[in-house]
Amino acid sequence: MSKGVLVDITRCIACRSCMVSCKSWNDLPSNPSTFSNNWDSPGKIDSTNWTVVTNHIIEEGDQLKWRFVKRQCMHCLEPACESACFTHAFVKTKEGAVIYKPTEVDQDYCVGCRYCMIACPFGVPSFEWDKTFPFVQKCRFCYDRMKEEGMEPACVTSCPTQALKYGEREELLAEARARIDQNPSYVKHIYGEKEYGGTSWIYISDVPFDKLGFRTNVSEKSIPAYTWDVLKWTPLIFFGWGAILTAMRAYTKRRAEVHNEEDMYAPVDDE
Amino acid sequence: MRFGKNWKFKITPFRILLIIFVLIAAAAALYRFVYGLGAVTNLSDEWPWGLWIGFDLLCGIALAGGGFSTALIVHVLHKDKYLPIARAALLTSLIGYIIAMVSLFLDIGRWFNFWRPFFYWGYHSVLFEVFWCISLYTTVQVLEFGDIFFEKVKCAPLKKILGALMTPLLILGIVLPSLHQSSLGSLYIVAVDRLYPLWWSMLIPFFFVWSAFFLGPAMVTVEGTLAARAYKREPEMHIFESLTKVTLVMMIIYLIVKIVDLVYRGVFSMAFNGSFESNMFLIEMIVFVIVPIIMYSINSIRTKLWGVLTASILVVAGVIFNRMNVVFTGMADAMGGHYFPTIWEWLITIGMWSALVLLYCFVVENFPILPKEEKHTHGSGVAYGKGIHA
Repeated sequence: MSKGVLVDITRCIACRSCMVSCKSWNDLPSNPSTFSNNWDSPGKIDSTNWTVVTNHIIEEGDQLKWRFVKRQCMHCLEPACESACFTHAFVKTKEGAVIYKPTEVDQDYCVGCRYCMIACPFGVPSFEWDKTFPFVQKCRFCYDRMKEEGMEPACVTSCPTQALKYGEREELLAEARARIDQNPSYVKHIYGEKEYGGTSWIYISDVPFDKLGFRTNVSEKSIPAYTWDVLKWTPLIFFGWGAILTAMRAYTKRRAEVHNEEDMYAPVDDE
Repeated sequence: MRFGKNWKFKITPFRILLIIFVLIAAAAALYRFVYGLGAVTNLSDEWPWGLWIGFDLLCGIALAGGGFSTALIVHVLHKDKYLPIARAALLTSLIGYIIAMVSLFLDIGRWFNFWRPFFYWGYHSVLFEVFWCISLYTTVQVLEFGDIFFEKVKCAPLKKILGALMTPLLILGIVLPSLHQSSLGSLYIVAVDRLYPLWWSMLIPFFFVWSAFFLGPAMVTVEGTLAARAYKREPEMHIFESLTKVTLVMMIIYLIVKIVDLVYRGVFSMAFNGSFESNMFLIEMIVFVIVPIIMYSINSIRTKLWGVLTASILVVAGVIFNRMNVVFTGMADAMGGHYFPTIWEWLITIGMWSALVLLYCFVVENFPILPKEEKHTHGSGVAYGKGIHA
């Protein structure tokens, strides 16, 4: 069964323990940050910040709501990055993590073309721009903890308010529905249930998702499915078009006069 | 300059300038390979692809479209009156692909891994198809060119082998570019919900391959005129004029399909919503599609060199404009951030296109590429101004 995490935005207090534990478990360097007006520095994912908490101030009538959203790789059920990778360097493991293929012999399949970065609808994969031979970096769903120790991701462990809950995706979906049904203040939507074919990380909120920086009203069809709708025609076009061309060439050749091409062209004499 | 008795390369001040550009680009490229992409480019997580992919690769390949459209017209349909331009089109296309391969190699972060896709098949990726087709097609073009090469460098057995292979090579030489010209468009299908709806469409592969094809004759016209001026030859006006029929019909179909697609997807009105994207789209469609269509269909414009040349330049610029719109204009809103190439990205680009010009000159001066021309004084020098001495 595939794992997932339920993020309950109503419970997040922006303590950023998840950011710290992510850095310490994955041995990521700390970098100096700068002040930002809404206090969410660094504010966006990059190659050494695999998870960030973004802050959002929402005005609803005379009410001011401050909401915090933990962001990281959504670990799509049908990941666009995996399908876009032309060496199949990314894989979706059966546990649900989308990571570089964890082969023991050679992890180094990545060419550094960055098509995964174009493909990802959530803008997650980040590049190590300052390195000579950069990798694409992103949240790994703590695959090492999950796989070897049966542990939950570091960020979930460190969350003091149970804003993050780790478990089987199906069970989390049921729980998300239960919470939404019991409490009318929730928005009646589970973000990640259907977006782009569904994601392993799912979100519930009391504020409309489009006000929290989520791209809403997006396709429910996965991106790999779109691509495949086009790519599946390749063999047919290759052989079909090839056959048509061969037939046309043979047909018209009989009518055409024969030229001796060697007498027709000459090097330019520009002396 | 002569090397041996059979090889020559004339050195002019203009060519020295181009050589300097190439040397600067080579030095910058070396620096990039040692210190990485961040050191020389302005690329970022928001803009993972920039000038080298957007312009050198996408436009380079599109502009090389003259190779496969001419091959189809001349070698499959056997329209022999176009034979005089066939080899020049092949040559430009071959050099265009080499440039595209070089810029791809420059752009990939882990360049020593460039061979991986040959052995690790991510067949569900559009880029996989693009990579394979471009690699194979470049090989095919090198072999096709080998046939010309061995006319000069005599080697009967090799020439014979290539001669026997020519039919399958020619067919592959049309099928492969048809596939990857369209796939370059399909690359952006993944950008659903992000690429502006005026450009994002499930038909984008069709628009890309179709425009690369009708671009071919226009490109042949532009480069043919340039070559004619540079070498003080008579431009092949009758060929240019007659090729406009191909471009005209295909562009009208392009325009119709574009409109039908917009209406079908219910986004036709977005073209007039006054946003930056809609304005760029309108410029693309009006200046670079509708205007050339009108110019091509008016007899008194089409039959003049300036007319056919101006319209063709618009078509060529229009395809570049379209690709830039897809890569930059259409994605800007969704990607956020901003991107403008560094001086090094520009210098490397300029160097690569300078290399293209030099390579073209060297090959046409040493190999039988352009049709033989009877030595006589003709009016081209007078009618079209003094030729630029390339």
